[in-house]
Order: sequence, then C-alpha cells, then structure tokens
Amino acid sequence: MGNKFRSIETKHYAERDAFFDDLKKLDRRAFLRVAGISAGIAAGMGLRTPHSFQLVNVAEAQGTKPRFSFAYISDTHLYEKKLNDRFVRAILKAVDDVNGLDPQPDFVLFGGDLAQLGKPGELKLGAEILKSVKAPIRMMTGEHDWFLDMGELWTDLFGPPNYSFDHKGVHFVVLNSILEKDFWTERGLSPEERMQIVAGLDNGIQSRFEVGAPQREWLRQDLAKVNKATPIIVFSHSPLYKYYRPWNFWTDDADEVQALFKPFQTVTVIHGHTHQLLSNRIGNMSFHGMLSTAWPWPYAPEGLPQLTVQMNRSDPFSQFDGCGDGRMDVLESGMVDKLYNLWERNPISVRASYLASGGKRDVPPRTKLPSY
Amino acid sequence: MKLLVGTGAVLSFAGGVALATGPVSPPARGTQAPEVKKHELPVSKDGNLVVGLCDGETSMEVKGVKAGESLTRAQAQHVSGALMEEWLRKNPNAHWDAVPLVAQAPAPGSTTPRTQQPRTPAPSKGTVREGGVTPESGGAEVKKQQAVPIQDGHTYGAFSDRDEAIWAASTEQFVDEGHRVFHDAQAIGGTVGISCDMCHPDASNTHPETYPKYQVQLGRVALLRDMINWCIENPVRGRPLADGDPRMRAMEAYIYAKRKGVKLEYGKK
Repeated sequence: MGNKFRSIETKHYAERDAFFDDLKKLDRRAFLRVAGISAGIAAGMGLRTPHSFQLVNVAEAQGTKPRFSFAYISDTHLYEKKLNDRFVRAILKAVDDVNGLDPQPDFVLFGGDLAQLGKPGELKLGAEILKSVKAPIRMMTGEHDWFLDMGELWTDLFGPPNYSFDHKGVHFVVLNSILEKDFWTERGLSPEERMQIVAGLDNGIQSRFEVGAPQREWLRQDLAKVNKATPIIVFSHSPLYKYYRPWNFWTDDADEVQALFKPFQTVTVIHGHTHQLLSNRIGNMSFHGMLSTAWPWPYAPEGLPQLTVQMNRSDPFSQFDGCGDGRMDVLESGMVDKLYNLWERNPISVRASYLASGGKRDVPPRTKLPSY
Repeated sequence: MKLLVGTGAVLSFAGGVALATGPVSPPARGTQAPEVKKHELPVSKDGNLVVGLCDGETSMEVKGVKAGESLTRAQAQHVSGALMEEWLRKNPNAHWDAVPLVAQAPAPGSTTPRTQQPRTPAPSKGTVREGGVTPESGGAEVKKQQAVPIQDGHTYGAFSDRDEAIWAASTEQFVDEGHRVFHDAQAIGGTVGISCDMCHPDASNTHPETYPKYQVQLGRVALLRDMINWCIENPVRGRPLADGDPRMRAMEAYIYAKRKGVKLEYGKK
C-alpha cells in the first residue's frame, strides 16, 4: 500500500509540523503575535514552557505569577511486562515527557494506580521505571495498588500512604482515599477475587471509597499546625467529592473531609482515578482531575461537575489518544494552573482563574465532538 | 398437487423444560449457538420441488418444477396461495388482525407515494375510525381502548404470562452471558489482560445505536460487531470472533441492552 491515503493522524501531525516550521521563519514581531496561540501547543511538544512566552508576562502583571511547578504522571495500570507491554510503553513516554521539561519541575506527583492488579511484579516494575525520573517523586496510592495485599507491598516500596510536607510556602497533604468497607470476608473472597472486583469500575459489589475516621483524625491534627492563610494542596487518588457512585467516582466521606479544609483560604485537590479532564469547585476548594497514561474513561452519565470542560471523545484507534501527563503551575495565590499534556492532541490549559471565577474567565476550549 | 404434513417442532415445549429445570449455571449457557429446529421437507418421488410453509409443518410438492429449479413469479404466487389456504384449513379459528386504518392514514400534509398504497383492509368487526389521526382520536381514547376486550382467536399473539416470563428470562440470561464475556479478558480470548469494561464501564462509549456507519479509520461502513472485533484484535490482542460466535452474539446483546431507550440514529458520526 502506498501513501495515497493519509490517515487523520498523519494529517494532524503534518499540520503540526507545518505550524512549527512556519514559526521558525517568523520575525520577532510576528512571533510575539502568535506566541499566545502557540504557547500551549509548544509546551505540549516539549519545545518551550509557557513561562518563556509573552502571554505569561502579561499574567504576571496581574499577580498570578507562578511560584513553582510540579509535574504529574498518573494511573499507569501496569501489568507485568511479559504479559502486556502496552501500558509499559505509555509510562515510559510519560517519564520521558517530565524528564524533558525545562525548567525541571520541583517534583513529580505520581497519582496512584501504578499497578493493575496490585501484583508484586507490577508494583516493582513501576518502581523500577519511576527511578529514572530526574526530579524527586511523590507517591500516592490507588485502589489497584492496594487491594491484593491491603497495601503491604506498596507501603514497603514507597512508605506510608498518607503524609504531609511543606514546600515553598505551600502545605501539601497526601491522602489514602481509596479505603473500602469490608465486602470480601463475608463472601469468602480470596485476595485475588477482592482485587479483581475493586479493579472493575462498573462492579457494584465493591464498597465505596473513603478516607476513613482514623485518617480524618490524623488529617485534623496535621492541619491544626497550619496557618489558615497557608495555601493547601491535597493529593487524593479519588476525587474527594461525590461524582458518580456506580463507578466509584466517589468518596463516601467527602463531606467530612471537606469540612476539615473549610477554615483555610485556598485549598486545591489534585486527584487521579477518573482518567479524564475534570474540574470542580466547591466553596473554597478547587478540584483537578488528572490524565491517565493507560486509557481514557468516558464521562459518567450524570453528576459531572459543571466546571468540567469535557475531553474530546478519544479515538479508539489510537492507543495514546485521550491519555497523557501534565504539569501544575502553583501560583502565588496557592491555586494552580494545570496543563493537560494530551499525547495525541494539542495540550489544554485550565487556569486557576477559570475555577476561581466560577467558569466566567479564561474558559478552556470546548470540544468539537460530543462525548457519548 | 400433493400435500405432506410432517411432525412439527414444538418450540414452546423446549422453553418450558428450560424453566422447569431452574436456572442454568452461567458458563454452560450461551457457549453454544441456539438451536433452531429445522423443517425437514419430504423428498418428492418424482424429483419435484418441495416447498415448506413457515409454520414448520406444512409442505407442498410443485408439479412440473424439478428440485433445484426456481419458480417463475406466477408459479410462486400460486404455491404461496395454496400453502396459505392449507394453513387456514388447519387453523379454522385463526384470522388476521384487521389492518388498522388509523396507522396507515397519511400524516397531515404528507402525500402517500403511489407505490406505497395501503393494503386493502380485511373485513373487521372492531371499531375503526375513518379519516386518519385527528386531535380527537388521541389521548382521550386510550382509556376507553384499554377497556375494550382484547382480540382473540389468533394463533399468533395467544401467549400466556408464563411464555412471556420464559422469554424475558432467556433474554436476560443471554445478556448476562454478554456481561460475563465483556468483563473477562480470558473469555474474550485476550492475551494481555485487557477486558472490554476497562475502557467501557457499563458498555458506555460503545454507542451501538449509531451503527451501521462509515468508520473513518477503517475506510468502510462498519457494523457494531466490526468495532467489537477491532477492539478484540487491537487493545485486547485476541483473535477476531466469527459472526456466529456465541460470545459475539452475547456481547452484542449486552451492549444493546445497556442502551435501551436510546434513540436509534444509525450512521451518526
């Protein structure tokens, strides 16, 4: 077969390449004119970070200057390599992406679900691959990492699943929000069966996610030491609010957890699990869903937060479409601008101002195709 | 013209046995293609063509046409008329529903193409309103119609609640089998641990109601099963299933069941 027919992917890349070729030929004045348009695209291609563009200089004048950045990789769902190399290739791509960031992020957040079925071979493979990330890594656990041995190996490899730290004036909290009530003992399920049920998104047998009373108490004590004006950023695998119960896009004690954060001026929650562009704002709290490197998930038929700008329907014929990694720019205000680095599409930025203004300002581009 | 009456399949009997023996364990069920009793046509001594009626019992030998030859249109009309007559003789109490005039009346403002003239309605004892759909013929009549005794004396449509319970249970079993295959990487023949539900929880994003449609990536019009097979070959890394594969049939059933009530919009992008 010759090159007579070009696939839409080929055309897409040809157009992108042409765009960047043209960009090199521009004089400085014209360059600044298109800088705003191209900032996001270029960042996604690893050519430049948006900091170096005129666009961001304007933003700085408005007091939304970034303090620092961290990158994110999430939901890699690794099987052992001899069984499945598909997801392995995806995490390697993500590691290359964050290693290619210039300037380097202060750290990289791994958002959970490193393994698919929590098996030792899967978790160890993930740990091995993540060693090649240049920036320091902050680990969060997901339900796929946990329910085979109830977190035993994960904790051995990466330490406790909930902890906090301070970084450049921001208080970070990492939660284990994927705990579930015991649905297995009474049914006499083996650890493998338990894991398999939790791994199935539409399996109604499993319990709902929760942070749980002991961890909420730990959180209360941790936050008691923090000044109420200090920006808080929370890492939680599940969304920390109630999105769609049948698929466990849901944290059962979200209301109690949110109450603990109420006294603080600025709270941002970064979560994995949902594998999609997802934005929410409840009171003083902004919520940001992260992309998966393994596969995208459709939006739930109900309960989607209003501020969410939906991800374009992904192309099933392309492994990496709808997948990706990204970067959070933590602003002086403590809120974050998030950059979704979609691998097969132009990157999408969702700015803090979009969430803070209740969706009125800096609206991210809408999609052309509906999500079924 | 010679008429041969064979022993027919009593299909409802098979269904009755299935119900009486209680629920069948899921893996055994659905792994075989459903059996449809074949109408065994008798062989003509003279080597003539034998034609069967769709009741599964009645057949007719056509004089002057050898087996393997095809009928002319006139001959075929004659044969079908004779078979129908025989069926009516065997079912003296059965009669067809009267063709409802209301349903066939053209919508206001529309014209009926000449090629689609309504069939002449059979004589009916029921009340049929002339003049098509009017505002007066709508909702107000529904309650009255519900009080009217249901037509009986038909062979088709004379089903008991038990029959319907059997059908519903059989359909549900089929859908359940589809659910099992859809959620099991091994059952679908996958080699990398990936199952359908990993990307399509509750069969979402499968949108079966949009098929058939031109699938840009395939460069041709695709059916739902073409896409199922594409997924099996690529992300799932299995071998495509044959059209008649019970797993394919069951998965189609499951996927359609999950989209119940969604408007059919074939060809949608």
